[in-house]
This record gives sequence, C-alpha cells and structure tokens, in this order.
Amino acid sequence: MSTAIELRGVTKNFGNTAIIRGVDLAIPRGERHAIIGPNGAGKSTLFNLISGRYPVSGGDILLNGESITSLKPFEINRRGLSRSFQVTNIFQRMSVFENIRCAVLWSLGYKYSFWHRLGGLKDANLRAEEVMESIGLKRRRDTFAGVLTYAEQRALEIGVTIAGGAEVILLDEPTAGMSRSETADAVELIRKVSQGKTLIMVEHDMGVVFNLADRISVLVYGEVIASDVPQNIRGNKAVQEAYLGTEAGAH
Amino acid sequence: MATLEYRPLNLGRWVVWGASALVMIVLPLIFTSGFTLTLMSQIGIGIIFALSYNMLLGQGGMLSFGHAVYSGLGAYFSAHALNLVAKGGFSIPVALLPLVGGAAGLVFGILFGYVTTKKSGTTFAMISLGIGEMVFACSLMFPDFFGGEAGITVNRVIGESFLGITYGPAIQVYYLIMAWALVCMAAMFAWTQTPLGRMANAVRDNPERTEFVGYDTHMVRFLTLVLSAFFAGIAGGLNCINYEIVTAENVGALRSAGVLLATFIGGAGFFFGPIIGAIVFFVMVIAVGAMTKAWAFYLGLLFLVMVLYAPGGFASLILMHVPVIKARLMRRLWLPYAAALATGLVLLTGLVSVVEITYHYSLAGSTDPGMTLFGFALDVTDTIPWAVAIVLLVGGFVISRLAWSAVGRAWGDIIHVLQQQSA
Repeated sequence: MSTAIELRGVTKNFGNTAIIRGVDLAIPRGERHAIIGPNGAGKSTLFNLISGRYPVSGGDILLNGESITSLKPFEINRRGLSRSFQVTNIFQRMSVFENIRCAVLWSLGYKYSFWHRLGGLKDANLRAEEVMESIGLKRRRDTFAGVLTYAEQRALEIGVTIAGGAEVILLDEPTAGMSRSETADAVELIRKVSQGKTLIMVEHDMGVVFNLADRISVLVYGEVIASDVPQNIRGNKAVQEAYLGTEAGAH
Repeated sequence: MATLEYRPLNLGRWVVWGASALVMIVLPLIFTSGFTLTLMSQIGIGIIFALSYNMLLGQGGMLSFGHAVYSGLGAYFSAHALNLVAKGGFSIPVALLPLVGGAAGLVFGILFGYVTTKKSGTTFAMISLGIGEMVFACSLMFPDFFGGEAGITVNRVIGESFLGITYGPAIQVYYLIMAWALVCMAAMFAWTQTPLGRMANAVRDNPERTEFVGYDTHMVRFLTLVLSAFFAGIAGGLNCINYEIVTAENVGALRSAGVLLATFIGGAGFFFGPIIGAIVFFVMVIAVGAMTKAWAFYLGLLFLVMVLYAPGGFASLILMHVPVIKARLMRRLWLPYAAALATGLVLLTGLVSVVEITYHYSLAGSTDPGMTLFGFALDVTDTIPWAVAIVLLVGGFVISRLAWSAVGRAWGDIIHVLQQQSA
C-alpha cells in the first residue's frame, strides 16, 4: 500500500518553545489513523502543520509522495487534503446548503468563475445535496449554520471537510463536547464518510479511537512515542505510563 | 441576508426589474423640471457607483476608503477619449463611452487592487486610503492629464446623431444613464449568484475556512475588486458625459467617503440597499443642498442615527417588516408608527429650526438678521424664534421618546407572537 501522508523529522517551535520535536510518521493510503496524547502534547499543532495553517520549523511533509511543506492551505487542499477544526469553523451566516456548496465549488472546477450561475451548476448542487443527505442535515437545508445545534454544527463541519472529495481527511476532535448518543452518531458518520479514504483524527474519547482507528499514534511532548494497532497500544508500557494510565483512567 | 435567496420562482424577480425600468422611464414624464432631471441622473450614476462599492463592502467584507479612485480615473479616461473622438483620433459612440471608463477602472483595479487586497480588514482600509491620497496627489502633479484646478472639459455632442439622439438635451443623457444603470444593476446582481460572488461572501464571513476549501482569499478579494472597479469606472464615464467636466474631486477622498455613507445608509447587507442609499444620499446632497447650507450637517446626523439605531440600513428596516406582513400583523404597528411619525415631525421641525437659526445667526446674524423658515419671516436676533425652536426641539424629543417606546412595545408583542407561531 502506498503512503498517503508522510512526516519526516517535522519540528515546530513557537519562539524558544519546541512544541513538535521531530515527528516521523507514515500513514498508508486507506488507513484510519488516530492521534492521541495528553493535553498540550501538540496534536492540534501537528494538524495545523500538515494542513499548512502554520509553517513548519524543520522537516518535511509529503502528500502522496510529494512535498507540501511550504504550500499554502488552499494549495494543500487542492492536492486532496481536507481538514476540520476543533472549534467549529463554518460559514455562520450562510445556510447549510450554501456552506456545503462553497466546499464543493473548487473541486468541481468552477474556481473563480463569474460566468456560471450557481443555480445552474447541476453537479455542484447535486453533490451538495448528497453530502447534506449523508451528514443527516437535509431537513436543515436552508437554516443558517449559526443557529444549528452544536451537534448539527459539528456534523456540518465534517460535511464541509469531506464535500470536496478529498482523499486525505484530517478531523480535529470531531466528537468534542458531544453527548454519548451524539458521539455514537458521529462515529457512524465518520466511518461512513471516510470509507475508502485516508483518515487522520485527533480524538480524546478513547471509545471513539479504539472503535474507529486502524492504527494509533501516541504523541507526548511533541514526540510520537508509539505508533501501532489499537491492541498493541493498549498493552504498550510507555504509553500507559505517559498517557493512558492518567488520562484514560479519568475518562 | 445577501446569501439567502433560493426562490425557485423567478417571476418576482422579473416583476422587480420590469417595475424598476418602468419607474425609470416614467419618472421624467412626471417630474419635468431641469432640477429633478439633474437629481435623477445623478441618482442613476450614484446607484451604479454605490452597488459597485457594495461588491467590496457588503459582498466581500472590504471597507474601502478609496473607491473614487476607480470611478474618477474612469471619468478622466472617458473625458480624454471623448476629446480624442472630437479631434478625430478614433471613433466610439457616446453611448458606449462608459465602457472606456469601465476599462480604465478595470486596469487600475488590477494595478492597485493586487496590493490592496493582499490583506483584509483594517490593513485593506488603510491601503485603500493611501492609494486614494496618492492618486489625488497625482492630480496636482500631472496637470496635463488631470487638467489641474480647472479639470478636463468635454463636449458630449459629437459625431452623427442617431435617430435624432445627440445627447445634447439632458433628458437623452438621463435615459442613457438609466439604461446603463439597469444593465449594471442586472450584471452586479447576477455576479452575486456566481461562484466568485458566493466565495466573496465566504471570504467575508470566514477567510480561514475559505482557504481550507481550496480558495485563495487574496485572489477572491482581488478579482472582486477588479470587477467592482470596472463598474465604478462605468459610473465615472457616465459622470463625464453628464457633467461634461471632470475635476480632481472625482478621485478625491470626499467622493470615496460619500459612497461609503450612501451604501451604509441604504444597507450594505442587502443587494438593493445601496440603491436606496444612493437615492437618499443624493436627495440629501442635491435637494436638501439646494434648500439649506446646513445639508452636510443633516446628512451627517442621518448617518449617525442610522449607525446607532439601524446599522443594517434602510434595507434592513424594510425587510424586518416582511415576516410581519406575512403574519398579517402590520395593523398592530400602524398606530404606533403614525404617532412616531407625528412626534418625529415635531422633533424634526424643532431640530431644523434650531440648526437653521443658528446657521443664519452665525453666518449673517449681524448684517442680515431676517430669514424665512417654514414660510415664517423671523429675526434671528429676536428671542422668540429661538424659544419656539427650542421648545419644539425639547418637546418633540420628549413626546417622540414616548411614541418610540410604544413602537418598541408593539414590536415586542409582534416578536412574541411570531415566535409562538414558529414554535
């Protein structure tokens, strides 16, 4: 299986503080990969580096074998990597439908067109309807995103992320702040929309992680201390000491 | 909101456009004086200019302090083109001259816009202000192009007349302006319904997320500005035809501030807001301007009141009534509105009296104390006019406060009913 995402010695400093201290990670195409670790381990920072939100301080990031290290977020997105955000980051003043349509326009090749009429873009509108259906927000089609419930906003966040048909999907704490039943729904949604894609997710809920992930990487103080299948992670001494023993016990 | 319109039936839209065209055609037949024709022509140009400005402010979230650069340069290039045509340099029908202005706006939009749109927010506003000042300074540095103090004069009556249309009479220019206004309105509305138009909204609302769905926010802002500058240039070209003179004011900061004021008063959040804004603005500038020296004071006051009490502009004031009309609850508002209107008129009379008497007193109080106000002859050195004016002002303020609280209560009830209906 070829590698979808590869990190080679990636580092990130904020001033004198090293947040990411040399991460090497290779995620094969089609894998569902979870990144776990205690608060402040640098999980979100790692996502921000991969998606181009922050520049790296050192090292190299490859998407499908090509370096994306110095690319801007929109360039990385155009190459087939899409991400969601820990704090819901959608177009609050647009309807659910408009949110998703905005996310499909580039991938369908409409780019900066001012000679197409949105209403006449059959493929874009159809795709937006499909995505709405799959995230279960069809009946909220014309509702402003800003007035959706929290769980609905999180679903829309995932919808906007996957709508463009990216092959590599990064989800940053998709179930954070959800109730138990909402979390169960979210897990099913993530499983469905990541079918056949490469999924990388940061997640705190161990139930979600062990339920979804093919492999798990444990990030502690900016370093990956283990990267393995869930059973082995559970049994890993270093992981238990550094993380699971304290954090998981509390959950 | 500009981003919420999925009416499958476009009949309403055709009615609106048709009615607009009809109003434009019929207006000069009703108001036949030269003064109203001047006013309406200026409004037509103002509508194009304000709508082009709102592509930036309302649709793209870019607060520009230098939009007159594009309309002004469009006007200058149109003027030079017209003078070239007169000399036989090249040939273009006067009716299509605004396209020269549009092209000039487009080119300068590309030139300046690439820099201004690199950043949004305050940075964009500051750079647009800087470019505005720069171009205005150029108008003094290059008198050959800008015509110095006197500006560039043109003669719009050139070439063969086509079906008797020479653009000599103001009425012909009026219809030319309205034709362009209608075309530009339609084009700019159509733009809001395109991928670029929608992504401009996305960049306005959440630039970060826009980058993560594949769009370069700089490019979206840049293209939006270039198109906006094109329409501003058309407005400039029409200005050149209408006034037959282009001066440095056309690129000046006052013009840029004016279009911001007009757009805001009308309502930047709605496509048709700037249209209302342009009408109100030029009625204030030209019609009120013809009546009193204090017109700018009233315009400023109106702007202040709108910013404080109706930040969505006149458009939002109109649209907030749509659900009330649908729920057939307007009857609850008529009485409070009538009271607010009556008391508001008292307040306005008091305010205008105080302002006018003060103006007259400070400008000509010692040499010519007599003035007429609302048909009454009075002496500004006398105490009675002052007393009456102040009583009207204070009394009007008190009773309109009462009337407005009644309006507030009526609205509270209506919102309560609407919420119960939707729940």
